[in-house]
Amino acid sequence: MFARGSGDDMVLNLLAGIDISKLLGLALRTSIGVQAATFALAAVGLNLHYGYTGLLNFGVVAFMAAGAYGMAIFFTQGWLGGSLLLGIAAGLVFAIGIALSIGLPSLRLRADYLAITTIAIAEVLRISFRSQRLLDLTGGPFGLPSIEDRNANVSFADVVTIDWNPINDGAYGFWRLRFDEQTLWVMILGWTMVMLTTLLIWGLMRSPWGRVIKAIREDEDAARALGKNVFSYKLQSLIIGGMIVALAGITRSLNTGFVETQQFKPQTTFFIWTVLILGGAASVWGPVIGAITFWFIIVFVEELLRQMVDSGWIPEAILESNDIASVRMIMMGIMLAVLMIWRPQGLVGKKEEAQIDVR
Amino acid sequence: MSGNASSNSFEATIGSAKPDPILTLDDMVRTFGGLRAVDIDHLEIQRGIITAFIGPNGAGKTTLFNLITGFDKPNSGSWVFGDSSLAGKAPHIIAQAGMVRTFQLTKSLAKMTVLDNMLLGAAKQRGELLRYALLPTQWKKQESKVLEKAEGLLERFNLAHMREEYAATLSGGQRKLLEMARALMSEPTLILLDEPMAGVNPALVESLLQHIENLRDDGVSVLFIEHDMDVIMGISDWIVVLAEGRIIAEGTPGEVSKNPAVIDAYLGSSVAEELKNV
Repeated sequence: MFARGSGDDMVLNLLAGIDISKLLGLALRTSIGVQAATFALAAVGLNLHYGYTGLLNFGVVAFMAAGAYGMAIFFTQGWLGGSLLLGIAAGLVFAIGIALSIGLPSLRLRADYLAITTIAIAEVLRISFRSQRLLDLTGGPFGLPSIEDRNANVSFADVVTIDWNPINDGAYGFWRLRFDEQTLWVMILGWTMVMLTTLLIWGLMRSPWGRVIKAIREDEDAARALGKNVFSYKLQSLIIGGMIVALAGITRSLNTGFVETQQFKPQTTFFIWTVLILGGAASVWGPVIGAITFWFIIVFVEELLRQMVDSGWIPEAILESNDIASVRMIMMGIMLAVLMIWRPQGLVGKKEEAQIDVR
Repeated sequence: MSGNASSNSFEATIGSAKPDPILTLDDMVRTFGGLRAVDIDHLEIQRGIITAFIGPNGAGKTTLFNLITGFDKPNSGSWVFGDSSLAGKAPHIIAQAGMVRTFQLTKSLAKMTVLDNMLLGAAKQRGELLRYALLPTQWKKQESKVLEKAEGLLERFNLAHMREEYAATLSGGQRKLLEMARALMSEPTLILLDEPMAGVNPALVESLLQHIENLRDDGVSVLFIEHDMDVIMGISDWIVVLAEGRIIAEGTPGEVSKNPAVIDAYLGSSVAEELKNV
């Protein structure tokens, strides 16, 4: 009895100052939020590139930027009447252009060259968008704060979240998972796109087309020797995956209502890689599971640390609340390393298909 | 020497004309730095028989294979397969033309099942086109035909029990069999086998040789590389001997084995000299 009693006390003590409801609530909220949907979308695209085709795309963020900026520029310039749907199409076309400019010169070469090219293009794109020369188009370092049609003074975010929104005003949900009608609508749009693209990948990968794609991942020369036009298939994969990633960029600016180059730094690429590896490359649901889990862990740990610092469990000498955001970056790195060592197939991937070997 | 009696009737001279050549090479040269890895003036490969390329290590056999199949580009030269010139064509175009190769180091697609490996081999699949990929009704019928063919070949190559296994789980010999069977899925008219017997368990060699003979009997022309003379003598209808990038002899197994140039290349000149003196 005595031992048990002291045990209960310990639990209580350990939890003093920790608001579990808030902790779980915030983590769950983010893991089903628009940000998670954005990452899931990007990871679905990357999964086609890397998981199925074996293309090392380290410039995921280039396709996101292409989508977001393509759409935003088209809309703000009021081209072709400033139609939003045409703007989204413009974002996708821009992503195709990026895929071609990466793929045409480097897909005939070894995998490493593609990796290098993708990193380079992502940075070239980001720095170009920042430049003063493109101020009129991209807003340079300021970005496009509210993506507005300059002729009609219509905000892109308003069009989507108000004009197109079929949901009545109000708050929906329960507990800490209550969302207003605008957030809910964007969440529905985001996750619907995740579902549709996941379905697309599932359909493609069960077809003979998908078989060729996987064969290319395994051994390009074998596929060539069997009469498959490897270059063409790799380009197709790069384009389709790139367009899906571009949708992620568009969804993100849908949520934030603005675009700026800070959103497209290389670290985003590596978050998305973490999502894919966490969920399981070369599995249909891996990117979705990965994105949900990723955001749950990130927010959970960040909030736990914050509460522990605030309630004095962690002395200020060790960690201040300002540093917590950086700690989560460290965690990300550790998470990725641990995964690669212990569970390279991720949460839902097949072990046999996930062994990493790049030639 | 079953199959083609006419194979005895060609002239056993280098570059001799064949009655019905499936592949003709002219002035094929490939250099690596100062080394002339392949240097062939003229060569004709007869249709419907088993032709072997033999030669010591470094003779240029695999390089020649790579050149013919488009995996490497010659410095100069032309080659004609059937009626069409293949010079400058990409490997997949050459494979689509009906000339399919295997590799010395087997390229089984490790993380795909044995069956998927086979299905991949079939040529002209509608479902492999992106525009039809999402419409199973467009390719289901062809797919079931391809499946039937794959199952037949797996049966024939004693791999049927492995169909659902990942190719990575196969033994070295089974991978050779899989690669050969996979190449046959596209119904090639000429199959190029790069050392099909290398690293294969001796118990399996016999059945591999049988498979190669069966191919010829089914009407497929076979061109294969081997450096073990003993293996070749039994099944080849015609042998082309390479040394240091050049053809030093061609003929039937009987003719080639008596050719002093061949003995010289295989045993070294000093031994050949000694043999003469005996």
